[in-house]
Amino acid sequence: MEANEIMFAIFAIVIVVFSVLTVTSRRILRAATSLLIVLIATAGLYFLLNYQFMAAVQLTLYAGGIVVLIIFSILLTSQISHKFERIEAKKAIFSALAAVAGAVVVITTILDHSFSAGTAAAAEIDMHLIGRSLLETGPDGYVLPFEVISILLVAAMIGAIVIAKKGSPHKDEPAK
Amino acid sequence: MNSGIQLEFYLVMATVMFFTGVYGFLTRRNLITMLMSVELILNSVNINFLAFNRYLFPGKLEGHFFSLFVIAVAAAEAAVAIAIIINIYRRFTTINVEDVNQMKY
Amino acid sequence: MTDFGYTTWILIIPFVTFLVLSLFGMRLKGLPAGLAGTFSLGVVTLLSWYTAIAYFSGGGFSGGGFQKIVAANAVWLNLSDHLHIDVGVLLDPISVMMLVVISTVSLMVHIYSLGYMKGEKGFERYYAFLSLFTFSMMGLVVATNIFQMYIFWELVGVSSYLLIGFYYDRPSAVAASKKAFIVTRFADMGFLVGILILSFTTKTFDFVTLTDLSGPAITSTGGAVFMGMSLMTWSMIFIFIGGAGKSAMFPLHIWLPDAMEGPTPVSALIHAATMVVAGVFLVARMFPVYYFTAPEALHIIAWVGAVSSLFAAVIALVQTDIKRVLAYSTISQIGYMIFSLGVSGYGGHDGLGYMASNWHLFNHAMFKALLFLGAGSVIHAVHSNNMGDMGGLRRYMPVTNITFLIACLTIAGVPPLSGFFSKDEILTAAFHHNKVLFAIEYAVAGLTAFYMFRLYFSVFHGHDRHYHHTPHESPATMTVPLIILAFGSVFAGFLPFSSLVTSDGVPFESHIEWSIAIPSVAVGLLGIGLAWVMYKKETALPERMASLFRHGYNWAYNKFYIDEVYIFITKKIIFRRISQPVAWFDRHIVDGTMNGIADVTQSVSSMIKGLQSGQLQKYGYVFISGVIVLAIVFIYLVK
Repeated sequence: MEANEIMFAIFAIVIVVFSVLTVTSRRILRAATSLLIVLIATAGLYFLLNYQFMAAVQLTLYAGGIVVLIIFSILLTSQISHKFERIEAKKAIFSALAAVAGAVVVITTILDHSFSAGTAAAAEIDMHLIGRSLLETGPDGYVLPFEVISILLVAAMIGAIVIAKKGSPHKDEPAK
Repeated sequence: MNSGIQLEFYLVMATVMFFTGVYGFLTRRNLITMLMSVELILNSVNINFLAFNRYLFPGKLEGHFFSLFVIAVAAAEAAVAIAIIINIYRRFTTINVEDVNQMKY
Repeated sequence: MTDFGYTTWILIIPFVTFLVLSLFGMRLKGLPAGLAGTFSLGVVTLLSWYTAIAYFSGGGFSGGGFQKIVAANAVWLNLSDHLHIDVGVLLDPISVMMLVVISTVSLMVHIYSLGYMKGEKGFERYYAFLSLFTFSMMGLVVATNIFQMYIFWELVGVSSYLLIGFYYDRPSAVAASKKAFIVTRFADMGFLVGILILSFTTKTFDFVTLTDLSGPAITSTGGAVFMGMSLMTWSMIFIFIGGAGKSAMFPLHIWLPDAMEGPTPVSALIHAATMVVAGVFLVARMFPVYYFTAPEALHIIAWVGAVSSLFAAVIALVQTDIKRVLAYSTISQIGYMIFSLGVSGYGGHDGLGYMASNWHLFNHAMFKALLFLGAGSVIHAVHSNNMGDMGGLRRYMPVTNITFLIACLTIAGVPPLSGFFSKDEILTAAFHHNKVLFAIEYAVAGLTAFYMFRLYFSVFHGHDRHYHHTPHESPATMTVPLIILAFGSVFAGFLPFSSLVTSDGVPFESHIEWSIAIPSVAVGLLGIGLAWVMYKKETALPERMASLFRHGYNWAYNKFYIDEVYIFITKKIIFRRISQPVAWFDRHIVDGTMNGIADVTQSVSSMIKGLQSGQLQKYGYVFISGVIVLAIVFIYLVK
């Protein structure tokens, strides 16, 4: 067994166990923490795959941004001390059924298919390459998605601000 | 570098993560935990793309950039979702998804 | 050939009069409306007489006989290349004769009504309907094709309905008008079926083509046979059913006595002289077709006519309402006409029955109208229809008395009045055809004389009843038509009818066969004598005879319970067995299906709308399941 195999095994087990914990935990803060650990382990997987930039981005944005956002929202909605009730069995069984069925279908498809490994030489991914690709317009250029994403982010920012701001008194109806 | 780890391992693991997220989305009652399940789904997809990129198309960068953009979109979407959740909380004082059912017949 | 195009005015004028009187009747209140109607009808009468004179004095004569002339024809409904419904004017001996009859009697009725209906509510409406009726009847007799005749047939039925129900606030009148319309409508269903079968077999509606001896209708032998009779025979029988309904033949006679609820001049015009002879006219019009392709139908026709006349005569013996006696007398006399057609041959002297039938129609129109108008005069004086309220009126109403007597003598067949000639020819034709039928009609002749003179003696002789006020003679507007019609009854017998109206258009010489005439006159005089003995002086003889034949008397008095049979059949059988299940079916199954569809739609929709529950996770669940199913389908099933 080589080192990266062991690493992969650790990361895989961590991811699977903690994602299950995320969806089944009864305290919300524990779920958020489990999510954080899943995201960190995923970053580890990216390091294994030799995509350092992606790993960095993952850590910064996901683990550092989104999870913090989620925790803020938990605080803002006063859920922090809330303990969830048990899920009703019927719902759990049907969802589990759907999920397991889906998983079985996909896994059998994956295992049936024989993937032929690519033969090209691995490209050296360094920041210069990424930066240039993001701004290139040629066949390997990703300037269009880059611009689109920029617009999307602006729209999301504006939208989030508009939605979340406290409206004028007549617009806010009394809560039910 | 990845001689011992076959592609299928990555893919199967990502699949398990995906369907765990699906189960969580369908089961959880709290809107924020539903959002966390959605993040799980998005992450599994990212792992898939990067694995394919490394194993099947080592010379190209498409999977890499796709994942990058997926992360960007996920961030935007999480922001907007939180904004909505906060608004819902302000209106209904609950973020139980079963109580937010006005858009029905 | 002379141009007869002006005959279309004979149709147009009454129709326009009807429109004017019905739309503007309120402005022409009272006498002006009546005068307008009478004047327009006077014009029509002049035109009809002029047409008759022009036609019979040579205008219509060519090729050895009187021809059918189509004076005008227009295609009204073009259904396909072979099938089209025309409207037009056809002139031939019987239609010209009918034009004269209808217009003259109608004119007499118009003049008479000026006096009889004076001051009645709805006076203008009355004259409008009279014009409508005249128009319809004229259109019927000059129809160029059988479908036009059917259309006007129905119009005549409508006019009759409107006029019988003229006193619409009287429930009995309303019921009678409905009865008349429904019974004739029912018979007209048979008529329509007959028309359809006929046109299907012969591919034409047109009379000239149908009665053409070398045409497709008569020369086409063979063809489909249905239940033992050819299609042509079936169609002719059905057409006769329609005619029997309109002419009140047994068993479709039930409407005519009730139709006496209408005003008496209406009874005179419609239910004595014109509309009820429409059935006779129909058979006469289609006579070549009957004779050559459906002789069995003629046999049936003869028997129906004979049975009807006997049946009605027996009932008339014991009725006490003056108009009802006359109504049954009408049925009996029309039975004579129909019977005469049934025993007729074709061509020259063989067509004696045909000629006699039409002659009797002509005479009957006049003396029956005279009888009804005279009865109206009596009713007007006494204010009652019941014979028991009348007596000794000859002292107060001389003109009515004399004219009524003339009419009674005519109907009894006393020479040299017109009734003698036509009845004698009918009996001659019957004698040479079938002795049994002859015997029946011979007996009916005697009965006719008896009941008519029973009526006459009871009303005009005997001692006075208790009258509200002394009866007086009717005004001149009522007596002048009586006198004119009496003249007609006397002198119509001397018309050379057999050189004008014959079965094939060729004139022939008819003579009186004394071996038949003398016994028929004898039986008529016997009837008169018997009535004289029983009724001229008031004796107890009628009551003794009635109690002697008590059962027969009751049966005849109650019209042989035919109405009760009809009501039984309608209520117990048709309504209960047929109509109610059908109504149940309609309510529960047809409506039920409709309601069921609506209910099912509603329940399905409420099930489906449950899908829009607002539950986000349910939506997600359905979504994921769908994706998985699709994935399975596409990966494993669609290879």
